[in-house]
Amino acid sequence: MGRDFEFIDHTSDVGIKAYGTSVKEAFANAAKAMFSLIAELDDIEEAEYRDIELTAPDQESLLVEWLNELVYLFDWENIIFKRFDITHLNNTQLRARAYGEKVDSSRHKLKTGVKAATYHMLKIDRGNGYKVQVLLDI
Amino acid sequence: MTAPWQEILKKIDDYRWEIPKSYKAGMSVPGLIFANESMLNHIWEENVYQQVANVAFLPGIVGHSLAMPDIHWGYGFPIGGVAATRVEDGVVSPGGVGFDINCGVRLLRTNLTEEEVRPKIEQLTTELYVNVPSGLGSTGKLRVKEKELNEVLAKGSRWAVEKGYGEAEDIKVTEESGCMKGANPDKVSSKAKQRGIPQSGTLGSGNHFLEVEAVDEIYDRDAAKGMGIDDVGQVLILIHTGSRGFGHQVCTDYVALLGQAVKRYGINLPDRQLACAPIKSPEGQDYLAAMACAANYAWTNRQCIVHWVREALVKVFGKSQRQLGLEQVYDVAHNIAKIEEYTINGKKLTLCVHRKGATRAFPAKHPDIPDVYRDIGQPVLIPGDMGRCSYVALGTEMAMKETFGSTCHGAGRVQSRAAAKRSLRGADVAKALAAKGITVKAASIGSLAEEASEAYKDVSEVVDVTHKAGISRKVARATPIGVIKG
Repeated sequence: MGRDFEFIDHTSDVGIKAYGTSVKEAFANAAKAMFSLIAELDDIEEAEYRDIELTAPDQESLLVEWLNELVYLFDWENIIFKRFDITHLNNTQLRARAYGEKVDSSRHKLKTGVKAATYHMLKIDRGNGYKVQVLLDI
Repeated sequence: MTAPWQEILKKIDDYRWEIPKSYKAGMSVPGLIFANESMLNHIWEENVYQQVANVAFLPGIVGHSLAMPDIHWGYGFPIGGVAATRVEDGVVSPGGVGFDINCGVRLLRTNLTEEEVRPKIEQLTTELYVNVPSGLGSTGKLRVKEKELNEVLAKGSRWAVEKGYGEAEDIKVTEESGCMKGANPDKVSSKAKQRGIPQSGTLGSGNHFLEVEAVDEIYDRDAAKGMGIDDVGQVLILIHTGSRGFGHQVCTDYVALLGQAVKRYGINLPDRQLACAPIKSPEGQDYLAAMACAANYAWTNRQCIVHWVREALVKVFGKSQRQLGLEQVYDVAHNIAKIEEYTINGKKLTLCVHRKGATRAFPAKHPDIPDVYRDIGQPVLIPGDMGRCSYVALGTEMAMKETFGSTCHGAGRVQSRAAAKRSLRGADVAKALAAKGITVKAASIGSLAEEASEAYKDVSEVVDVTHKAGISRKVARATPIGVIKG
């Protein structure tokens, strides 16, 4: 198995390319990539989880909304997520459970804030394995 | 050797470069980039002229799709972009404002001199760092409840002043008097409110900062005096922040919503992040009402922060606010959409001016600027990166004619955050700044590398272009002596 994700350099922001043998895995890896920008994930315990259910007009929009939902949860509840179990994903619906823990500044190292995921450069490649691409505003 | 852009860009003069309408099928107007020749190579490498061309697709756009000299690659709109659309039949695009709605800059003057401040700079930066919440994940000292948040969203700076944060005089020298009309908290999602409550009254992270700086050059003595900038060596404080998670969520919500509206109204766009809706449509009106809430949130934020900055100065120097002369010079938004009137080819038009990483630059006599500046023009505040300098400028008639009363907003990145981090270490950046006599307090040392001078264009080059092109004129320059980074 190769890498799960990589970052694309962008002058003001940062792009994510995430891979998977299924589109679910690629979505999970995109979320992991995003949280690895926000914090050092090795220090995060799987102390709690949040269930997420989303609908969107198409799968690309679903990817943006999935990441934006996680950005919102991080901002509102201060939870850093590190593992994502996507139980259902089609073109318009997503159900997932995200595991992580609340920020504890004595143990956790926060890195970069993410404002939002954008629709710019948004792509889902369904070829030999899945590749998703999204640009974050940081 | 000819540069690749020479085949596309039409030179108007040394500072103006046009992207003809014929460049890309679908452009309704040409693009116009304000830059000097040496900046164009970078603009080319980034493909950012493509984004300028894409913005020209927006229905109802008039004049040019404009790019200020600090332009860099954004998402959808370029950063440093200005686009004006007709209210009558044009669109509003949340991406043309950006996620950090009403990110902006506030400048405070003091009677202090660099000589007085230098011996106490360590104490002052520590006090500022303690008194103004900053950094990723930081929460504010303000504890607003949801009902109170709705008041913040409706009233802006006035809410803060009524609660004892800052002076009534501050409001007079704030763009829109710190309160954008038409704000309707009902048009804001509960998610945005949830993100906004804990973060109100925080500086944030990323490129946001507080800067203690000393005036080192005055280009127009009379105009500078009119703004309370009397002499070289005088200390000023610059505050740069925006609407935090609240604004980010408003933009997120409306990009998704308007992404659907695009289909309903049959609008063709080359980039989904340009999502927009007719200004007169319910979706367009709702966005403007929510955006105004975010703008007011940001003005409240800067209004509270200026109060805490004053407290820190009073504490460290043991003098009253009046003795220290802590008066606000001005406060400008640089990510916003505003409804403004312009005369184009002799015809009066009401336009929605999107400024994404651009500053309003109204000339003397304009009715929308404060009385105290009516004779000189609206102050324009242009922060540079933390190792170089910042500028105070003024709006001009030329800006009204050519750029819908707009000019640049800062230095503009040239290097990605990741690239800056690869080539520089935060600790080395702090050391290099210290060697220049700049004391830095940062919530995250890593973010120092991302925001190092090397990652930015030289703001002096940017400001020179706007000055020589005539869309704003330089008044004074200041160099940092202390910086607080989120």
